[in-house]
Amino acid sequence: MSETDESAANEAAPVEKAATDAGPSSAEGDASADGSSRDADLTDVMGAEADTPTGENADRYAPLEVEGLRKEFGGITAVDDVSFDVEEGTLTGLIGPNGAGKSTTFNLITGMLDPTAGTVRFNGEDVTGLQPHEIANRGLARTFQIARELEEMTVLENMMLAPKGQVGESLWRSVMPFTRGSVREQETEQLDRVWEVLDFFEIDHLADEYAGNLSGGQRKLLEMARALLTDPDVLLLDEPFAGVNPSLEKRLLEHIHELRERGYTFLIVEHDMDLIMNNCERVIVMHQGRILKDGTPAEIKESEEVIEAYLGGEV
Amino acid sequence: MSVSETYVRYRQTLSEEPLAIGVLLVALWMAWSLVSGLLTGGIQISSLASLVWDGLLRGLIIGLAGIGLSMTYSILNFANFAHGDYLTSGAFAGMATSYLIAGIGENSVGALLLVGAGGSVFGGALGIGVTTAPVAVVVGALVAGVATIALALLIDRFVYRPIRDESGIALLITSIGVAFALRYLLQFVFGAGVRGTTAAGSVPRVSVPAIDGTFRVTAHDVSLIVVAGGLMLGVHLLLQRTKLGKAMRAMSDNEDLARITGIPTERVIRTTWIVGAGLTGVAGYMFILWKGTLGFNDGWLLLLLVFAAVILGGIGSIYGAIGGGIIIGLTASVSVIWIPSAFGRAAAFLVMIVILLFKPEGIFSGRTTA
Amino acid sequence: MSVSDLRGRFEGLFERDVTLVLAVLGVLYLAYILAGVAFGYGLRGQLNAIANLTFYVGVFGMLALALNLHWGYTGLFNIGIVGFMGIGIYTTAVVSKPAAAGGAAQVGGLGLPLFVGITAGVVVAGLFGLLVALPALRLRADYLAIVTVAFSEIIRFTMMSRTFQTFTVPDTIDLWLFSFDPAPDTIGLGGGGGLILNYTNPLEALLRILFLWDPYLGFVSFVEENVISNNPKPVLDGLLYGVFLLIGVGLYYALLSRTGKSPFGRVLKAIREDEDVANALGKDTDRFKLTAFVLGAALMGLGGILWYSARGSVTPPSFRPNITFFIWIALIIGGAGSNTGSFLGGALFAGVLYQGPRYVKNLVQTAFELGSAPRNFGEAMAGFASLDPMPFILYTLDSVSQLRLVIMGVVLIWLMHNRPEGLLGHRKETASSVDLARPRSGGSSGKATAADGGDER
Repeated sequence: MSETDESAANEAAPVEKAATDAGPSSAEGDASADGSSRDADLTDVMGAEADTPTGENADRYAPLEVEGLRKEFGGITAVDDVSFDVEEGTLTGLIGPNGAGKSTTFNLITGMLDPTAGTVRFNGEDVTGLQPHEIANRGLARTFQIARELEEMTVLENMMLAPKGQVGESLWRSVMPFTRGSVREQETEQLDRVWEVLDFFEIDHLADEYAGNLSGGQRKLLEMARALLTDPDVLLLDEPFAGVNPSLEKRLLEHIHELRERGYTFLIVEHDMDLIMNNCERVIVMHQGRILKDGTPAEIKESEEVIEAYLGGEV
Repeated sequence: MSVSETYVRYRQTLSEEPLAIGVLLVALWMAWSLVSGLLTGGIQISSLASLVWDGLLRGLIIGLAGIGLSMTYSILNFANFAHGDYLTSGAFAGMATSYLIAGIGENSVGALLLVGAGGSVFGGALGIGVTTAPVAVVVGALVAGVATIALALLIDRFVYRPIRDESGIALLITSIGVAFALRYLLQFVFGAGVRGTTAAGSVPRVSVPAIDGTFRVTAHDVSLIVVAGGLMLGVHLLLQRTKLGKAMRAMSDNEDLARITGIPTERVIRTTWIVGAGLTGVAGYMFILWKGTLGFNDGWLLLLLVFAAVILGGIGSIYGAIGGGIIIGLTASVSVIWIPSAFGRAAAFLVMIVILLFKPEGIFSGRTTA
Repeated sequence: MSVSDLRGRFEGLFERDVTLVLAVLGVLYLAYILAGVAFGYGLRGQLNAIANLTFYVGVFGMLALALNLHWGYTGLFNIGIVGFMGIGIYTTAVVSKPAAAGGAAQVGGLGLPLFVGITAGVVVAGLFGLLVALPALRLRADYLAIVTVAFSEIIRFTMMSRTFQTFTVPDTIDLWLFSFDPAPDTIGLGGGGGLILNYTNPLEALLRILFLWDPYLGFVSFVEENVISNNPKPVLDGLLYGVFLLIGVGLYYALLSRTGKSPFGRVLKAIREDEDVANALGKDTDRFKLTAFVLGAALMGLGGILWYSARGSVTPPSFRPNITFFIWIALIIGGAGSNTGSFLGGALFAGVLYQGPRYVKNLVQTAFELGSAPRNFGEAMAGFASLDPMPFILYTLDSVSQLRLVIMGVVLIWLMHNRPEGLLGHRKETASSVDLARPRSGGSSGKATAADGGDER
């Protein structure tokens, strides 16, 4: 993919990107807000990392750090002392039996729930207990387990909703004659990006459809495309492959890997074991609200505790 | 607990429970002004007693009507804006019957059935009252209940059942349509005038001494208490002792269970309407008997107060509706001590708004409902 | 051109909003005029009927549009509309009424110019919108409904109360930069009796500003000499006010259409669909809901001002929730979510359900010598005993004001059963300030290769 296309896609990169660069290990990159040079940094970083033996994770920058997260609902502890870091440019899997607390953890990280205890740090900043939109604005995007499309809105509208920093979201600017022009300008620019992403996900033929008319798989694609348009640093995907047919799944994975190589970070909740083991560099296993094991796929496969949790024990 | 710990505890409570603090402050102010008023003689104990009595009775009516509203709200999942008009319908049906029984022979049947529309017959002249025409009143109350049940079932069958699966909002909007249709049909048939329905002068009354004066208790007050109390007891027994009652309690108690077992069966829905509408119809009749006048708007005017009671008590809680009703009735009535009388109902509404904002589950929720 | 082509062309015309609106209005007005002619309704009566129709089309159109912003776009279930309307007109009245003449019953106002009063009315209505929305934003729809209707009732109680009936105004008022001496000694809300709107007629005020007042008077005398001999001014005033209101509707439409077709409108739609998603995409939904609610409330206040300024006085019973429900029915008929639909719903509601029955009654009563109607239902039914339907028909005709409410209720139920999206609710009114079709500048061909999985890699 040519440089210019990528820069067009990353054009409206918000200033937050600078924060990413301010982290420890990527400090070697230029702390610039421009997306295209960021990709150049990542290529450098990626090249550098190829020499680093695996296992020295401690040096990598982790945009998302979760520590001691705990959530109690009345008498039930849904999430109990969960701590992990998600490193930049990685694909991390979060697995566990039903009711293990995975979606709750997502909700805690993204601000939809307030934790009873513990902290969430994003790009070095403590974002625990912030409102969901505040966290989203800092570069953390999420998708939902049951695809929540805005059904009565078209695919295009869904997509145009996503980008941050839209001037037209101020009522005054949208309505007043002198300022409406700049709103239209920005929307036109945005429209280009939207169509590019639609093409990337190959759902451009559905652009004018009501999101409610899309099939399950198409909705998942839309959900991911939409999340991507918010120009996030980190994406939390909640069962993005559930109910998706194998060929679509393959394509989705290709997209994800491609994005990962561009520098996006993914934390994925999934039930499909093979998928996780084959694609993620790191897997976190949760069980009954706690982290059972955190390591590489190989380590997880060999872990007795994990096997017991899934096959026996008190699932 | 050390001083600093206590301090921290209190500060935490302050920030986490603004409602509790607010209520406490308001309650303190109210108590203070009440006590000082009583001590200085600005407020007489007898007038206070009279207000409390009035509020209590009003509250019983609101509570009785509220049971039905609470049940339909929780089991059928929508706020029934036509509920007030069910109340009015019951009142008209019951009064028409009472008029018929009391006045037959001397007056035209038509005029009686129209509850004296256009001044053709006067309730006072007929001697409607619990002591003067007991049969008419008892039968009237019964008919009120039965007629409202029939009406509610009919409306459910043709209006709500076809759209049973729609959202609560769609049902709410539909109930507004029902309210309009019902209320103005009543006006079409019974006329727009407010008529006096009871022989107010001949209702026996007792002056109850209250330290510095007296307050009045009439026979209709007593009959209201008897009927309301009896019905509430009946509902209590129904819910606690019968199998059906247990099912209803389970449904309303454990929403998750209810959701898992799916949409409520038509049988439970029918029972909800029967119990709810029956109570509402009788409540309507007793309300009119007690206040002595009848107009097509009466139920509608009461509706918001009934909503207030139901919300206060917690939607789905029968005992909550009763308790909420009494509190709302008392608020509307007794608040005149502190605020101008025009705002009595506003005070009750304010209580409801505050509850909705801070504790929408209501104050009686969380206990075993029903 | 074949028949199906023609049909396609014809239907295509109806896709365009302007045509649709004109067609519907055209049919409505034509029906009124033809009916009037058929029943031999005199010119003056006809013109009055048209003026009334236009008035209600105007006000219901405006208010339905404002409600559409709340409900159709943002999903805010506001049934306190009449409260905001009342706040608007009462504020205007208090600000613009001349000082009390000193008569015992009359309550005066601040005597400020009308445009100040109208601005004040709109602003205060908006402020109350803020007051209601701030705490109530998080409430789910049915709870918000209850809160808003309770609010509108509290406003009504306030209007009716003795407490607020009159205030004594201090002789000088000091604001930070200047002080002024308000002319009146007392102002107030008038209590149960309401307020007499004895400020300048807004129509007159507007015409004067446009220097059209004298020409208008000339026109009136022209009409008097040639067309209608006795005092045509009230009729002409009515017609002109109706036109004025239609212009108002146009302005509301323009404003709300712009609001909807923008990123702001997009977020509102998203909030209505699924607020959590909007939040997850970084939108501060509280701010959007607040803005939308305040704007809608202000527009409802203006609607109230325009509605009641045509009356000579305003009293609290006018602000019972019935009007709120009328506007809801209008919105549902037209289709929540569509601005054009809202207006059409308002127009149809006004013409068919609100004014229609009364018009029919007037026509029938003018055309036929009917005798007096029975006073109550009993007498009406009595006729059936001797197979005479006339008493019942007369009674029904006489009670048409109530019956139309029954009809409205039935229509609402029917709509919710069969067509809850109303006339135009299914329409795609894309929330964007630009056309969202694929831009022709060729980024697309480059992307096709990318989608293959990255040949260039």
